[in-house]
Amino acid sequence: MSKLRTFRKGGVHPPEQKLSADRPIERLQLPAKVYIPLQQHIGAPPTAVVAKGDRVKVGQLLAQSGGFVSANIHSSVSGVVESLEPIADGTGYKRPTITIAVEGDEWLESIDRSTELNTNLDVAPDEIVKRIAEAGIVGLGGATFPMHVKLTIPTGKKANVLIVNAVECEPYLTSDHRVMLEHGPEIMVGLQLLMKSIGVERTVIGIENNKPDAIAHLSKLAQDYKGIEVQPLRVKYPQGGEKMLIKAITGREVPSGGLPIEVGAVVVNVGSVLAAYEAVQKRKPLFERVVTVTGKQLEKPSNFRVRIGTPISTLIEAAGGMPSDTGKVISGGPMMGKALISTDVAVAKGTSGVVLMPSSEATKGEPQACIRCARCVNACPLGLEPYLFARLSQRGRFADMENERVMDCMECGSCFYACPAKVSLLDYIKLGKNEVGAMIRSRNAKK
Amino acid sequence: MDNKQLVVSLSPHVQSPQTTQKLMLNVVLALMPAFAVSLFYFGIGPLLVTLLSVGSCVLIEYLIQRFVLRTKSTVGDLSAVVTGLILAFNVPSNLPWYIVVLGALVAIGMTKMSFGGLGNNIFNPAIVARVFLLISFPVQMTSWPQPIESRLQYTDALTGATPLAVLKEGLSKGQTISQMDLPSNMDMFMGLMGGSLGEISALALLIGMVWLLITRTITWHIPVSIIGTVAAFTGILWLVAPETNANPIFHLLTGGLLLGAIFMATDYVTSPMHPAGMWVYGIGIGLLTVIIRVWGSYPEGMSFAILIMNSVVPLINKYMKPKRFGERRAAQ
Repeated sequence: MSKLRTFRKGGVHPPEQKLSADRPIERLQLPAKVYIPLQQHIGAPPTAVVAKGDRVKVGQLLAQSGGFVSANIHSSVSGVVESLEPIADGTGYKRPTITIAVEGDEWLESIDRSTELNTNLDVAPDEIVKRIAEAGIVGLGGATFPMHVKLTIPTGKKANVLIVNAVECEPYLTSDHRVMLEHGPEIMVGLQLLMKSIGVERTVIGIENNKPDAIAHLSKLAQDYKGIEVQPLRVKYPQGGEKMLIKAITGREVPSGGLPIEVGAVVVNVGSVLAAYEAVQKRKPLFERVVTVTGKQLEKPSNFRVRIGTPISTLIEAAGGMPSDTGKVISGGPMMGKALISTDVAVAKGTSGVVLMPSSEATKGEPQACIRCARCVNACPLGLEPYLFARLSQRGRFADMENERVMDCMECGSCFYACPAKVSLLDYIKLGKNEVGAMIRSRNAKK
Repeated sequence: MDNKQLVVSLSPHVQSPQTTQKLMLNVVLALMPAFAVSLFYFGIGPLLVTLLSVGSCVLIEYLIQRFVLRTKSTVGDLSAVVTGLILAFNVPSNLPWYIVVLGALVAIGMTKMSFGGLGNNIFNPAIVARVFLLISFPVQMTSWPQPIESRLQYTDALTGATPLAVLKEGLSKGQTISQMDLPSNMDMFMGLMGGSLGEISALALLIGMVWLLITRTITWHIPVSIIGTVAAFTGILWLVAPETNANPIFHLLTGGLLLGAIFMATDYVTSPMHPAGMWVYGIGIGLLTVIIRVWGSYPEGMSFAILIMNSVVPLINKYMKPKRFGERRAAQ
């Protein structure tokens, strides 16, 4: 095993709580209805191509991508379209959502449902990207950036390394971990396809050291493939952040406001690699994903293969039911996930996990006076000064926040995690980013 | 299913177990070895002065918040306890009670609460109080009880001078270092010398520093930069003129240098926010301390040096920024 690497400055190490790491991926039974939001990715919203009353099959296109930075949406079940209307999502905003009443499980004939490994690499690079775009694949780590956009290298730029984000630095989550253990061969083929599509010779899979079985498994498989290597990483949050991972693996720093390609890197999540394999080799659109359902008081923390649109309450039931003491339900990990207003909301492409917190851990500590201990400054992986942002934000000095580079903040929350006075640092920073974002937009509009 | 009252808040949803109170408690614990040494050498004086100082600091903070500011009391965060301890550690253990109480009033009332309470003061409360008392009560503040002999006395203790005062006076009479009656290095390291209540034992203070470092209460930057600067600066002076300049070990073991470097300069509120700034601050304190000791009219310079550098901290924070990620374009 090669030497452990990590990014240099900042970061925190919250308790890992990987309760479901040993639970194999189970196929969740189909719900009675699915609720498929149209906007499940970063970018332009797609346009619905089905109407109420239409009969759809598994994998059928429901909504057509609304531009280059956008993604197709497919049906995850077979059945009848019941409605297309705004439904509240996890954060309470109403968003256009297609509701489908499930009838049977009839897949599109074009999808290859065999489990046999298809190692045929005889696909042209642009055909790979095209199939991935058609399948509506987005970053499954939670960022939901359309994958075909990443794979389309801008003219004048050149990629020289493909980095696979298998860090899973969020506490509790284990879906990527299980995917690596159970779908290693598919990942290897998927990586070769991706390497071909962007024309690089080298792939590095970054895995934190708390998953030694995954490191060993993929290292062994990678021996048979040229150019693919596994890099064990020291456990440190937020190593799964794109910039942090590139720094840890290559030592290069993505410039402020820049994209990974500016340092020659393309970063993809390991779960997305599996999805890409399935899209290219099996012609299977992205309509299901692996979701971790976990929590300290949950009877059976699990990893489920879930159809997109399945209500989160169904997942919780399958994991043993909602503990009576549940105080908070988080979509995603506890560091960057969103607290849900209800468990009726559906699993989307970016839902990597559902974490249930007992009521004793649901509320944040009472904020006290900042004692200027500098823990937030030391925790920030981007060299920013969270305490200063909080002070400027409280005083409405948003122009100063912009000068202090608040827009570099990736909202990892390390500052708030580290703060002994429990100051709501990230809340103030988010407020400031909102205001600064509006300032920048109005400035650009004037030009 | 039953969607009872779920808590909805912005991420993150987990917090470290660290709290202000725990950090302050670590400082209190780290001060205990030095307190024990003081009790051993000076007896009941340190006990009375420390209890009085801590009690007054806590009470004054409570009274100000309860009756003047009418806000919730924050004495539970233990910061007033730390201020009380540091103040007591900075005065002679035979200091009359009313002077101690006055010191607490200056520390908490004037320096801390009038600036807005914890986190908002520019100057270290305990040091401002010490300097205030030193100027207002020069006699009481510079008569130090003799170790061991005056264990059972409080204000009637036998007094003597500190090693730095002996040095200053000797030099003013034209004596050379070797002609002066200075304690041995070992005595100074263990704490067998005249001095303020908590500054005498280097060993005990260093044990406290180890505790602060292993519990990650402080980082090493400030103590190391101060100690390193003082050692280097006094080392150069000593090499140039060993008969009129004390050696670096003498300077490090006397005059509350370690107490200041480990416990006072590292006060979160009044020190810089990131390592590069801490270096500037620490080197500044080290240089000023030596300059005051060697060329100033006071034998000790630590308190003044820290206060002067406290006033520079806002500038350091404004003009010295941590290196931003991605600032320089990465070499390709």
